[in-house]
Amino acid sequence: MDFEDTPEEAEFRAEVQAWLKANAPKNASANAFSADLNEAEALKIAKEWQAKKADARYAKITWPREIGGMGGTPIQNVIYSQEEAKYALPGGFFDIGLGMCIPTLLTHGTPEQAERYTKPALYGEEIWCQLFSEPAAGSDLAGIRTRAEKDGDEWVVNGQKIWTSGAHYSDYGILVTRSNPDVPKHKGLTFFFLDMKTPGVEVKPIKQISGGANFNEVYFTDVRIPDSQRLGAEGDGWKVSLTTLMNERAAIGGGGGALGSDELLKLFRGIEMHDGPAINNMAVRERLADWYVQGQGLKYTRFRSLTALSKGETPGPENSIGKAVSAPRGQDYTSFALELMELGGMITDPDLAPLKAGFQSGWLFAPAMRIAGGTDEILKNIIAERVLGLPGEIRVDKDTPFNELPTGH
Amino acid sequence: MNFDFSDDQKLLKDQANKFLQDKCDLTVVRRILDGDELYEADVWKGIVEMGWTGTAIPEEYGGIGLGHLELCMIAEELGRSLAPVPFSSSVYLATEALLIAASEDQKQKYLPALAAGEMIGTLALNEGTQAATPRTIKASYSGGKISGTKLPVPDGDIANFAVVAVKTGSGSDEGAISLAVVDLTGEGVTRTPVTTLDPTRNLSNITFDNAPAELVGAEGSGWSTIRQVLDRAAVLTAFEQVGGADAALNTAKEYALGRYAFGRPIASFQAIKHKLADMYIKNELARSNSYYGAWALSTNAPDLPAAAAGARIAATDAFNFAAKENIQTHGGMGFTWEFDCHLFYRRAKLLSVSLGSALSWKDKLVSELEKRNAA
Repeated sequence: MDFEDTPEEAEFRAEVQAWLKANAPKNASANAFSADLNEAEALKIAKEWQAKKADARYAKITWPREIGGMGGTPIQNVIYSQEEAKYALPGGFFDIGLGMCIPTLLTHGTPEQAERYTKPALYGEEIWCQLFSEPAAGSDLAGIRTRAEKDGDEWVVNGQKIWTSGAHYSDYGILVTRSNPDVPKHKGLTFFFLDMKTPGVEVKPIKQISGGANFNEVYFTDVRIPDSQRLGAEGDGWKVSLTTLMNERAAIGGGGGALGSDELLKLFRGIEMHDGPAINNMAVRERLADWYVQGQGLKYTRFRSLTALSKGETPGPENSIGKAVSAPRGQDYTSFALELMELGGMITDPDLAPLKAGFQSGWLFAPAMRIAGGTDEILKNIIAERVLGLPGEIRVDKDTPFNELPTGH
Repeated sequence: MNFDFSDDQKLLKDQANKFLQDKCDLTVVRRILDGDELYEADVWKGIVEMGWTGTAIPEEYGGIGLGHLELCMIAEELGRSLAPVPFSSSVYLATEALLIAASEDQKQKYLPALAAGEMIGTLALNEGTQAATPRTIKASYSGGKISGTKLPVPDGDIANFAVVAVKTGSGSDEGAISLAVVDLTGEGVTRTPVTTLDPTRNLSNITFDNAPAELVGAEGSGWSTIRQVLDRAAVLTAFEQVGGADAALNTAKEYALGRYAFGRPIASFQAIKHKLADMYIKNELARSNSYYGAWALSTNAPDLPAAAAGARIAATDAFNFAAKENIQTHGGMGFTWEFDCHLFYRRAKLLSVSLGSALSWKDKLVSELEKRNAA
């Protein structure tokens, strides 16, 4: 038992370090993707960087060399990410495209389509988004209502998508639609990809409770998509969606949020309570210990998964607990930190609140973490069903035609 | 990254699992619960024959000289089986105390006997229903004799000898505490089993009246040794808790799959599914913290005190939660003597309070974090 790289891993890490040192922008860490850098600036830096990475085959380490990857292993991918993270480069613009959209296209598209779209995505020249969730279909994705009707060699799409990350700067999107409402819901879906500049596509940012706008609504009004951009057979959209989602789950979570136990300790040391510094109060100490131990538990669970990757094995089910723990934990400790600041906990002025008001912004964003990418409840269902083997929900909507299902909000 | 046990260590775990399934299923645990025996002597004999008692004892002292990682594997299986044997007292406490602090003569006298199962040891720390601290330890040593009362002493009616925490100085600071080894079968020792919440493990009320004793380690160094012993035992006990929590989760799962209500298995209700998912999450957090504790223990890392506390806190939480929610999942049947749920509930509480409360470990953990991040 140790935390060391194998000789092969150490060699790869050294190569990566040398390459990053020679190629990463000189002032990289100053370019951290933060409020100081607007999105257009961040995107410009990110695109240049992505092209450099693609040339060196670091853009998709695990992809085969024939399509521009490195033919590397999952653990090499992790090592690269660990090293690149030290440079705090703006990122995240290409993850959906390269992680989910292009793999779906590679599986279900024609060789010509794969050829046409893979390289520009790899080089960051074209960005992709994923048009899945709808106002009436979140956790229950197969309940989507955006309608696709066939008209000759084309499909006409009407409806609305929501929570689409990056739609406003994306060039292409993958889209799941309802092509037949007369059959049960999983059977009436059809999957497409489309140019986001197609007439009738309208992207509107969603203003969040945190004030920011990380996601969009996307409206479709008589949007015409050629049948040649259908992925999978008509009615097979659910099966194609599962390919996309499977790729989403292949990732191993990162290192957790920006605020850790060290920041909490610092805060608790600096805050006065009625009986002295907060850190001397046993109730405060107990909570800090709990959050520290949860954080350590996540860290070493990740290490167990990395060990499996390092041995060339698939990580075990322990990998599934990450967000179910980290999201509620983040909400708990930011909330507690605000309580300790008493009325001052309300202050969001970065010059007046500790850590540039990081606990305040963390608390305001925390509800999103418990919902995005699978709610706490859905994640526990997944653990219960896939890890523990408990029965799935009894489905009342499985065999009923979609247009006969009861609807609410 | 190689944050896992080796294939050999896992093989040892499998062997331990098979032995305990074969010789120590829950009907055997129940015999100790319902009867007058203090422990399961046949299981203990088998454990000794397989050399488990000498796992971390160097070969020069008659052990098999493996190490603490191997001991962790055995501990997880002992925890899973709820084995009614004095393993933790003799191996995690007495043996470790002697390995840390004993003189060469004492090591020669006790360690080979412990490894061979000819002796069973324990650590006598607590005095009454409160934490053991330099302020609450009143048993005293002078001139080669100890007097006072230790209550409760784990496996105190089974052990041949005890390493006893005694007062040798006048103050109430750590330097006033020493350790002394006492023959529990000798003169001046009166011991009586006490009734406890977990009758599958012995707790004893021991009175020393000028009982002959010999200091272990330098006078006044007792508390420092105790701290080290508790760190080591915390990691090993965490593995017992991880094993127990895993078994409790499996019991709950099997019952929920087989029990039907409202026309469907109760395992199909989200209230039950989420409960079991919560158990799984806590168990994995406990396992991962325990692995880190095992690494720190086996390498004697400077981070051992924090690592041990982390393992202890997470594993205590996991086993307590799994044990109580296992009963809840069973409904009324979980409250019957006939069902096994209470065996886990009892053992979870015993392990939870054995080495100091979760609260005191949390306090200690934060002290370690404060030291690491000196203000």
